[in-house]
Amino acid sequence: MLRYVTDKKQLLLQNPAVKMKFQAVTLKVRQRSSRCPLKIVESKAKYRLIDLPEEHYQKANKVVDIDGVFGEDGDRKEDNNEDIPEDYKRIKHSALAILQWVYGPPLSTAVSRVLATLLEKDVPFQIIPVDMSKGEHKKPDYLKIQPFGQVPAFQDESISLFESRSICRYVCEKYADKGNKGLYGTNPLEKASIDQWVEAEGQSFGPPSGALVFQLAFAPRMNIPQDQGAIKQNEEKLQKVLDIYERRLGESRFLAGDEFTFADLSHLPNGDYLVNATDKGHLFTSRENVGRWWNEISDRESWKKVVEMRKSS
Amino acid sequence: MAEIMKVHGSVISTATQRVLACLNEKELEFEFIPVNMAVGEHKKDSFLAINPFGQVPAFEQGDLKLFESRAITQYIAHGYAEKGTTLIIPGRPMATLSVWMEVEAHQFDPPMFGIPTDNAAVEENEAKLTKVLDVYEARLAQSKYLGGDIFTLADLHHLPNISCAMKTQVKKLFDSRPHVSAWVADITSRPAWSKVVAMGK
Repeated sequence: MLRYVTDKKQLLLQNPAVKMKFQAVTLKVRQRSSRCPLKIVESKAKYRLIDLPEEHYQKANKVVDIDGVFGEDGDRKEDNNEDIPEDYKRIKHSALAILQWVYGPPLSTAVSRVLATLLEKDVPFQIIPVDMSKGEHKKPDYLKIQPFGQVPAFQDESISLFESRSICRYVCEKYADKGNKGLYGTNPLEKASIDQWVEAEGQSFGPPSGALVFQLAFAPRMNIPQDQGAIKQNEEKLQKVLDIYERRLGESRFLAGDEFTFADLSHLPNGDYLVNATDKGHLFTSRENVGRWWNEISDRESWKKVVEMRKSS
Repeated sequence: MAEIMKVHGSVISTATQRVLACLNEKELEFEFIPVNMAVGEHKKDSFLAINPFGQVPAFEQGDLKLFESRAITQYIAHGYAEKGTTLIIPGRPMATLSVWMEVEAHQFDPPMFGIPTDNAAVEENEAKLTKVLDVYEARLAQSKYLGGDIFTLADLHHLPNISCAMKTQVKKLFDSRPHVSAWVADITSRPAWSKVVAMGK
């Protein structure tokens, strides 16, 4: 089990100007099999950097100074390796190569949207655990990088961001030439077509599907009573939305055209829970085109990897 | 782009107003095609061909058809970056701008949109909005506008819902926060926005 951080110590800020310092004390690198040479670093580091000075929002070219240790030796326990499958090789890896940090658990739909995007773009990243059961996401340290107290948050060498879709847009822009180059389109017309379906996902698909996922998959686990009225209402809304998708996907293979794009990817998090963790999967599978589309997009290597990460967390 | 831009919509629709505000800021010529929603024009096949969700606005330019107001404004702002008001900030600051556009779409818009009819729903929305506006107050204490130092889409997207809110009891939530209040006064007094308001009269 990937353990969430339980002991926290404030990162010692050595520089009054709050220069960013970070070092993961122990890193585990999982090297994928030869099918897909991605490096995913999952750190069992107990501490993380939070505080970014205001200038970082403005300036483009800050360099991360990665030295210095935080925490004390006695706090570090031996890492539990039982969750690493046999065919993965463990390699000690320098923290300097990891320039993307994602805060939050892979189980979160919004976090998984970011993870899938990073994987599609072949971008190495590190997940920084946020123990939500202990309210870590509402603590002042975390609120500095995500003022709404939600996951995910994201940092690289020069910027701190939140809101999963804007993190994904940033990653696609920053790494335009890496991995899946067409993920957010290669020209303004393609980008606009993708944008409209990303907005549709956020405004029309997301709310009812998210409500159903919460009521049917999460509420029971959290001992929250289900709201049958909300379930019925949101199922009806989602039916109407999926009718529109059925028509669209009869005209084109994917939402924005003939290629898989971020517009499709954005639907994976809620869709996956709906199909695999509730009894409402038939909403997808009973529709021929939506069913076909769902099978195709959920079969992406990047998404399968995210599902694997969820299982081991 | 030489072809004329067409906006299908309704002058009282907040989403349509979002697009009109953007076109006005950019000082762009466009054709406005009113959609008579009272008679269900937005559900007819001819309209669904442009916006399959049967909602306003819908946008056309030559062969390009777009829906979702925030996708349309971004297309316009990027495509006509040199014209009129610069509604985007090139380079890395675009990412921060993008964050606050998402905030508007997912945190601000839901408790603002729609008119709850029962007191419980009104109270719930106000409670949500209070939390959101506390975050805005802190943000606007550090930054003149939401996306950065200049007026951008991140601010513009708020205009339609804010305008509505100023006519309701929710106004007090904005007025009681000095930075939010100053920002509201600033953005709602922009001539491009006044033109949109005038269209609705």
